[in-house]
Amino acid sequence: MSEMFDARRWKPAPLLPRRDPRDGSLVFVVAVLCFLACLTAIGALAADRAAHGWTSQLTGSATIVVRASGNETPDAAAGRAAETLAGVKGVAEARALERAKAEALLEPWLGREALLDDLPIPRLVTVDLDPRAPASALALDKALKAAGLDATVDDHSLWIADIERGAAIARWAGLAVFLLIASAAAAVIGFATRAAMAAHRETIEVLHLSGAQQKFVVSLFQNRFAKAAALAGLFGTAGAASIGALARLAGGGQGLTPVLPVAWTDLLAIAPTPLLAALVAAIAARVAARGLIGEMA
Amino acid sequence: MSRNQDAVIPGEPLAGPILRFDGVGMRYGRAPEVLKDVSFDLAAGSFHFLTGASGAGKSSLLKLIYLAERPSRGTIEMFGRDVESVHPADRPFLRRRIGVVFQEFRLLEHLSAFDNVALPLRIAGQKPDHYRADIAELLAWVGLKDRMHALPPTLSGGEKQRLAIARAVVNRPDILLADEPTGNVDDAHAIRILKLFVELNRLGTTVLIASHDEDLVARSGQPVLHLDRGKLTMYGRGVGERAG
Repeated sequence: MSEMFDARRWKPAPLLPRRDPRDGSLVFVVAVLCFLACLTAIGALAADRAAHGWTSQLTGSATIVVRASGNETPDAAAGRAAETLAGVKGVAEARALERAKAEALLEPWLGREALLDDLPIPRLVTVDLDPRAPASALALDKALKAAGLDATVDDHSLWIADIERGAAIARWAGLAVFLLIASAAAAVIGFATRAAMAAHRETIEVLHLSGAQQKFVVSLFQNRFAKAAALAGLFGTAGAASIGALARLAGGGQGLTPVLPVAWTDLLAIAPTPLLAALVAAIAARVAARGLIGEMA
Repeated sequence: MSRNQDAVIPGEPLAGPILRFDGVGMRYGRAPEVLKDVSFDLAAGSFHFLTGASGAGKSSLLKLIYLAERPSRGTIEMFGRDVESVHPADRPFLRRRIGVVFQEFRLLEHLSAFDNVALPLRIAGQKPDHYRADIAELLAWVGLKDRMHALPPTLSGGEKQRLAIARAVVNRPDILLADEPTGNVDDAHAIRILKLFVELNRLGTTVLIASHDEDLVARSGQPVLHLDRGKLTMYGRGVGERAG
């Protein structure tokens, strides 16, 4: 066997052993962390999209409550209000809701029996605003007053503020959870680096005493853990992407549900996770390795 | 090139000693000094033994030379420069000029004999094409021609010793240090290893061998530095005549 060694074909072997029993556990833990981080990112993106959808629906419309006055019937007042608003600049369309629709809206709160024929139910006018230059609530109110109508304009600003606040909370919570998971991954990798360096202390000392610069030794560990984390990131991302794709397919055109609409682009957004995991791992391993070599020196 | 690299990479021949200890003391932590007021000069190209009983400070003195430890007092000059003045980032370049044969070999067990010898050259950034043939020749020279692929755990004590020597000299160091290089081998192997050191010395390498094998030292006829409980008590011929 010894005669078979051919120095001309020799290639340098890795300075750290190719396999380490601890690598499997590390890859598993980092893969799970990447999986959770990706799911968090997909959830945050979907929540953000849902909030934007609701906000754009609400900002693109207004609801007018019209009360009849004088001899005018509620339906006539509502019809006049719709006509008046249709002529306001920034209004795309205005429609008066019939009594039946107004009653249907009140029925859940008042019950069928309470909706007497002589109950003065206000009429509603729904207004679709021009998305490019929507009319303001003030402009609508002015137009209604000028037409002598007793009406209240609801531009949904109260709901929009709540939704935007909710969306912001979802975004920041998603980011916070993502950063928390990334920090946990970094801590795990830092710990693994220290454990690996302790296990390879003899190798490091020999390299050190043979004239290896700190960056040479650090790069060995940095590259090793970056590769392990990239592999783990690949597994974690693939797992999360599968869940995301399932949610998208199961939910049809609107993703899982209209509440959490997953888009195919969300799956692209998590694609850089293996690279990010490798970067976090490289930094964590670098910091840990530099600290240990500094202690050794 | 960084600050002190000019001073730590080989350049012009030295006018003075290659190594100078001046009033050097050394302690581990807060323990009592293991080396006390050690002073000596080694001329470039010289060959010395470092003797003394176990615990006399031989390994500690070698550690100071190969920059694994720092003195608690005194001055060490190497290649004409105070080593304490060398920036930490440039110390690796100084270490590359010193070959060390460790008492316990310190071979990397997951690397083949060939890879172990290649290690200092890889660290120095040399391309494999430049040194493949040299390593094969060196391994043949130390009698390991047929063991190039072998992993250290499969080698005998004598083979490990010769492998460690090959690794220490592969980048042609200016100083070669060996800590008890014959401690784990029989007399025949000890003589063979000693001949290797003598040949290296003839090629211009300054050699310092720590050994407690008084017979071997006596038979070699080389000058001696003797340590007794941390103090340098005797010089052999050819050593700088400064008080220890």
